[in-house]
Amino acid sequence: MKAIVLMKQTPDTAQLSASMDGLKLMAEGGPRIVNPWDEYAIETGITLAEDHGGEAVILTMGKPEATEAIKTGLAMGCKGATLLTDDAFENSDSLATARILTAAINQMGDYDIILAGKSAIDGDTAQTAVQVAALLGVPYLGYVAKIEAVDFDAKTITVVRAIDGGRETVTSPLPAVVSVLKEIGEPRYPSFMGIRKAAKAKIPEMGLADLGLSADEVGAAGSQAQWLQVTLPPAQESTLEVIEGEPEEAAKILVQKLLAEKVI
Amino acid sequence: MDFSLTEEHQMLKKAARDFAAERVRPLIREYDPLHKFPRELLPEMAEMGLLGVCIPVKYGGAGFDYISLGIVSEAMEWADASVRETIAVHTALNSLGIFQWGTEAQKQKYLVPQAKGEKIGCFGLTEPDAGSDVAALNTRAKKVGDTYLLTGEKMWITLADIADHFLVFAKTDPEKRHRGISAFIVERDFPGIQTGTIEGKMGVWTSNTGWIRMDDCEVPAENMLGEPGEGFKIAMSCLDNARFTVAAGAVGIMRACLEASVAYAHQRETFGKPIAQYQLVQQLIANISQRHDIGELLVQKVGWMKNMGIRNTRETSLAKTYCTEAAFASASDAVQVHGAYGYSSEYDMERHLRNSKAAVIYEGTTQIHQLLQAQYALGFKVDKPLRRELPPYDAEVWG
Ligand SMILES: Cc1cc2nc3c(=O)[nH]c(=O)nc-3n(C[C@H](O)[C@H](O)[C@H](O)COP(=O)(O)OP(=O)(O)OC[C@H]3O[C@@H](n4cnc5c(N)ncnc54)[C@H](O)[C@@H]3O)c2cc1C
Ligand SMILES: Cc1cc2nc3c(=O)[nH]c(=O)nc-3n(C[C@H](O)[C@H](O)[C@H](O)COP(=O)(O)OP(=O)(O)OC[C@H]3O[C@@H](n4cnc5c(N)ncnc54)[C@H](O)[C@@H]3O)c2cc1C
Repeated sequence: MKAIVLMKQTPDTAQLSASMDGLKLMAEGGPRIVNPWDEYAIETGITLAEDHGGEAVILTMGKPEATEAIKTGLAMGCKGATLLTDDAFENSDSLATARILTAAINQMGDYDIILAGKSAIDGDTAQTAVQVAALLGVPYLGYVAKIEAVDFDAKTITVVRAIDGGRETVTSPLPAVVSVLKEIGEPRYPSFMGIRKAAKAKIPEMGLADLGLSADEVGAAGSQAQWLQVTLPPAQESTLEVIEGEPEEAAKILVQKLLAEKVI
Repeated sequence: MDFSLTEEHQMLKKAARDFAAERVRPLIREYDPLHKFPRELLPEMAEMGLLGVCIPVKYGGAGFDYISLGIVSEAMEWADASVRETIAVHTALNSLGIFQWGTEAQKQKYLVPQAKGEKIGCFGLTEPDAGSDVAALNTRAKKVGDTYLLTGEKMWITLADIADHFLVFAKTDPEKRHRGISAFIVERDFPGIQTGTIEGKMGVWTSNTGWIRMDDCEVPAENMLGEPGEGFKIAMSCLDNARFTVAAGAVGIMRACLEASVAYAHQRETFGKPIAQYQLVQQLIANISQRHDIGELLVQKVGWMKNMGIRNTRETSLAKTYCTEAAFASASDAVQVHGAYGYSSEYDMERHLRNSKAAVIYEGTTQIHQLLQAQYALGFKVDKPLRRELPPYDAEVWG
């Protein structure tokens, strides 16, 4: 079994404050982390490798600093990684990013499953994975909460997807691109042995020429979307109201109010 | 001179700190009022490699260096002293003792499962009537054929009710004072050993502290660690390693106190201003900050000396005394910054204050360390080379 985990390095948005220039933080500043949603994809890949044999490898498009996040994934238990990096890749939108990732996947030989997070906490379009699937011409299973069954010999997978207002269980042929949710399973901590191996690891890099792409397919030139500004949502005014009285009475009033506000 | 951490150290620090913040601290907040030992953390710590962090890979450890032992100790005690105590006792006092003094067979039998965290070790030196005065210990070991029969009582032993393996010190030659002490690896299953837990401690409520009673406890002669009469030297070298974790842990308490006090000072307002604006509050915070940084430097130096294989009994003792007293003072200052809320278990400060008092007592009281410092300074004490030194760190050898 071979799983390719699409992992993005993102800024730690928890560090964002209203006074910061969002675009600048995204581009250069602040501590960088593994996109938290991608930790679930990494966990899924490692668990599949443990349960079925084989390996999970990481594929990242990003700046050279992204090796730091890649090493976290290696320390968790991924067996290899490739960093796609080139000045020409800068300012790629999700489609251009997907093009770059797809070009690399097409050079990686046979694979059984491609795993992604539900979205990236910075760009947050949730489009990259679905675009990768489209470009590869393989099925896309988005927002997967659980893998019910997987048979890598028969090349099928059955998953539970979160959909608006419910869940659906679907079976799909493999290979497929699967984006996962939190419910898939808590990511493990990097093991100390894993850290020692990862710290020493040399991460192979590929650029524009290696991928056989042209400059107008990637970066700003190859992108439809442009980001003009990044800011925190304005702080919301909130009011606090304490309902006095006996718990039973107070609960009734609370229900009335929630109904009136259309919360329930 | 280079103060920067290697990439490996930085990754370790992040992993250990994440684990402390996400797993350890929430559990301790829940268990501390219940005086409950967080047993479920042991398999998790084992899985990560926390319990054998600086033991070579070939002996079941994670193969990191001694600086890393300090890094994880600091990270754990930021959450709570009790989890760092587990590392101090299991990894430093017991496992590193076997690593330094054990035969190959002892290492295979005891160190390997301990470094993997499959078995837990503890350290039984103190007795009801012998704490600072180690040479006064009363536990006897009588040789009968291929077996030693151990009789006596150990008191204030961390992990007494949890451990599988006990590193126990007993007199093989009661006529001699410290030269008559020998060290033994005792298994919980050996006939004639009993343990229990001590209740009513001021702090470290989530740590298990207890007693060990041995009544003609049968220990195979091959389980003697080192040579007959070498027990005192072994105990002191084990303490050189554990005191390093105690010092590093105390820096973790100071970091926790600093973070919490800074956050609280910005947020709490009196007389129309955040208390961070008042110079008397600033002084409390400046003191914590200063002690933290001094402590960190002392710990870093000792970690480096251990890596280089330089004898560090004096420097370790100094770091231990300074850092533990500084942590106690800082926890007290942090309670003060928090006012009445600091006195409440709603914040962690009162727990750190209670916990930090233990560390100025165990692993040599402050007074005993001050005597030691004076003896070094006055030339009354000079360290002689040991028959077996703690090996300097070598990444190749550690695997
Ligand atoms: C500051 C900033 C400036 C930007 N500027 C521009 C711009 O000028 N023009 C423009 O068009 N777009 C721009 N973007 C968008 C940016 O290129 C997208 O973030 C990126 O293409 C991926 O889309 P996303 O972040 O929405 O990821 P999502 O589609 O939300 O991510 C879903 C999943 O896809 C995978 N994935 C996403 N990105 C990667 C990656 N790089 N490597 C590996 N796997 C990945 C991960 O598994 C992730 O969980 C900008 C973004 C930021 C934050
Ligand atoms: C929470 C906790 C965990 C512990 N865990 C362990 C463990 O795992 N293993 C273990 O073996 N022990 C353990 N101990 C025991 C600890 O190491 C001893 O308590 C410590 O060595 C002090 O001994 P004592 O309590 O007998 O005090 P005493 O030696 O009786 O000292 C009493 C007081 O007299 C002072 N004093 C003594 N002698 C002198 C002197 N010559 N000059 C000046 N002042 C002096 C001391 O500083 C102290 O203030 C633990 C203790 C605690 C509190």
